[in-house]
Amino acid sequence: MAAAGTALLAADRPAYNEDVVRLFTIATVFWGVVGFLAGTFIAFQLAYPALNLGLEWTTFGRLRPLHTSAVIFAFGGNALLATSLYVVQRTCRAPLFGGPLLANFLFWGYQLFIVLAASGYVMGITEGREYAEPEWYTDLWLTLVWVVYLVVFFGTIVTRKEPHIYVANWFYLAFIVTIAMLHIVNNLSVPVSFFGTKSYSLFAGVQDALTQWWYGHNAVGFFLTAGFLGMMYYFVPKQAERPVYSYRLSIIHFWALIFLYIWAGPHHLHFTALPDWAQVLGMTFSVMLWMPSWGGMINGLMTLRGAWDKLRYDPVLRFLVVSVAFYGMSTFEGPLMSIRQVNALSHYTDWTVGHVHSGALGWVAFVSFGAVYYLVPRLWKASRLYSLKLVEWHFWIATMGIVLYITAMWVSGIMQGLMWRSYDALGFLQFSFIETVEAMHPFYVIRALGGVLFTTGSLIMVYNLWRTARGDVRAEEEMVLKPAIVAATPAE
Amino acid sequence: MSILSSHEKVETRGFLLLVLILITVSIGGIVEIAPLFTIESTIEKVQGVRPYSPLELMGRNIYIREGCYNCHSQMIRPFRDEAERYGHYSLAAESMYDHPFQWGSKRTGPDLARVGGKYSNQWQVAHLIDPRSVVPESIMPPYAFLKDRDLQASDVVDHLKTLRTVGVPYTDEQIQNAKADLEAQAANDGDHEALLARYPKAATGDFDGQPDRLTEMDALVAYLQVLGRMVDFTDVRTEDLLQ
Repeated sequence: MAAAGTALLAADRPAYNEDVVRLFTIATVFWGVVGFLAGTFIAFQLAYPALNLGLEWTTFGRLRPLHTSAVIFAFGGNALLATSLYVVQRTCRAPLFGGPLLANFLFWGYQLFIVLAASGYVMGITEGREYAEPEWYTDLWLTLVWVVYLVVFFGTIVTRKEPHIYVANWFYLAFIVTIAMLHIVNNLSVPVSFFGTKSYSLFAGVQDALTQWWYGHNAVGFFLTAGFLGMMYYFVPKQAERPVYSYRLSIIHFWALIFLYIWAGPHHLHFTALPDWAQVLGMTFSVMLWMPSWGGMINGLMTLRGAWDKLRYDPVLRFLVVSVAFYGMSTFEGPLMSIRQVNALSHYTDWTVGHVHSGALGWVAFVSFGAVYYLVPRLWKASRLYSLKLVEWHFWIATMGIVLYITAMWVSGIMQGLMWRSYDALGFLQFSFIETVEAMHPFYVIRALGGVLFTTGSLIMVYNLWRTARGDVRAEEEMVLKPAIVAATPAE
Repeated sequence: MSILSSHEKVETRGFLLLVLILITVSIGGIVEIAPLFTIESTIEKVQGVRPYSPLELMGRNIYIREGCYNCHSQMIRPFRDEAERYGHYSLAAESMYDHPFQWGSKRTGPDLARVGGKYSNQWQVAHLIDPRSVVPESIMPPYAFLKDRDLQASDVVDHLKTLRTVGVPYTDEQIQNAKADLEAQAANDGDHEALLARYPKAATGDFDGQPDRLTEMDALVAYLQVLGRMVDFTDVRTEDLLQ
């Protein structure tokens, strides 16, 4: 009966486009390593400024956008493209809309966007707004590529064989649509000349600031959260072999999250020249955002009910579950930091940088690693991953890297915030600015070492995946621990 | 459950889902951003804020090109320690001609909103060439190459015209004289009177110690020296600052 069902399913299965998913998966891993290396390098620059090398192309100012774009748009973006195109085909039981031609254009078009953006930063071509640095011609190109992405993804949904649109696809769709809206509005600008690279933003000053942070915060909210929640809703249940904990919660989670996130931008502008009403509105919605965020975390974690024992021997599942835990942690920390009185201390300091990285390394990267470890054996038709032991090593080395990173940034951020505002007994400012810079040196070193660990872990992954794709299987003991009941048996 | 049955309509109809998503994600941005363009008190009524002089504008573009905003804010918050360290808190009016804004989000280095006039040109140039020669503990990258590179500004008129398109009130006179003003500002014997009539409080004279050359260093220092200097706060009443 079961065998007959499987045979039927296989015959019924449409020819999924896995070629493009393979390409996006390779790009994910490649750009991930590039982005981690760039981040580690600029972390060392802050500890040892001689590493700016005295060249214009290698200053922190030019490489920092390279790092942020490489990890967000190149690593994260390719991970989202790879997984969304994999998930949408399987959950809709339909091949990609538009066929291989459109899919290949999407892949190469997106890689061209990355190369245009990255080479621009190094040469000093930038719009000078965080996470929206690419100049007008790169923006236009990305707009075209993104419309193709929407056509391919949404077209697949429309031509689906399944009556229902699976929850992961709601999140992916919200991510694609919202990023299109944010990207187009925030990048409205007028080029100085048709053949030149320079353009001037349509908005100025305070309006530009809020438009930019409406974009910037929702690059976090929709690129780095909604899209990756789509990933969570597919790969956690798959790897745990359990259905999603609560269907009802996923509905509430989805609509509340996408409605509330858009309002949170002003918390990046507390106590600035942005009018107070906008700041308070941003803070209020940021605090409310805690609820749907944790709703999502609960839905992800509780999916493991009855399967928690798998965490002991499945390091891939461990990546996925720990990523959801980091998601919960950073979505608690975020609302906390959006409270004006807390933000008065944290803003402009490394605390923000630490917060971003607990989300970026702990949540975004870990859930992507989990998804990639899930995908590669299936995409390359290997019997299993080359080595689960190496996944285990990757997990622990990367986790230690994150812990070093975020604790160093908590300490240095809060310390610097307190030093800036501290007064001596005579009522004078106690520290000059440069004394606060000096005090951060040890934490910058620790943070950079955290980056080294995280990058090392990713190189272990590259080796493991390469061997997996080649079809190698390392002879390893099963990682299943002896059942606890055996240990608990009383001695005779 | 009603929510389940009614949601079935949404999750079985792709276009309905798409439209509902679009509506849901549009609301917050419209409510928060649109009023900033319509509520008049958003930009404080203060005197003195003017468009950048051509040389300052070119300097600002170098500031953006080098990614200075990655480590320096230009936004002083209304706290006692920031007022003592940097000066009067920043006004929205002070960046109303900034396309794009450069408020920044991180202070790896100090705030620069009012750095104009705080240090001499010589200090700024020495600091940009080798930050650690004047501040030994500094972790800032060196920008010595700015002094060796001639300022490329043959299209400065186009820059002013483009900015006028997006709303910066450059006058015809300012646009006609853009090239002359650019060169006069950094020349020791330039027509500073005409320049200052068009751009009050601009810093003038050679900046980089190379009077025979107009370099990127000249432009950047000219920009740094005007930061925060346009508004005279002795004339400002508290009521003027209410947003």
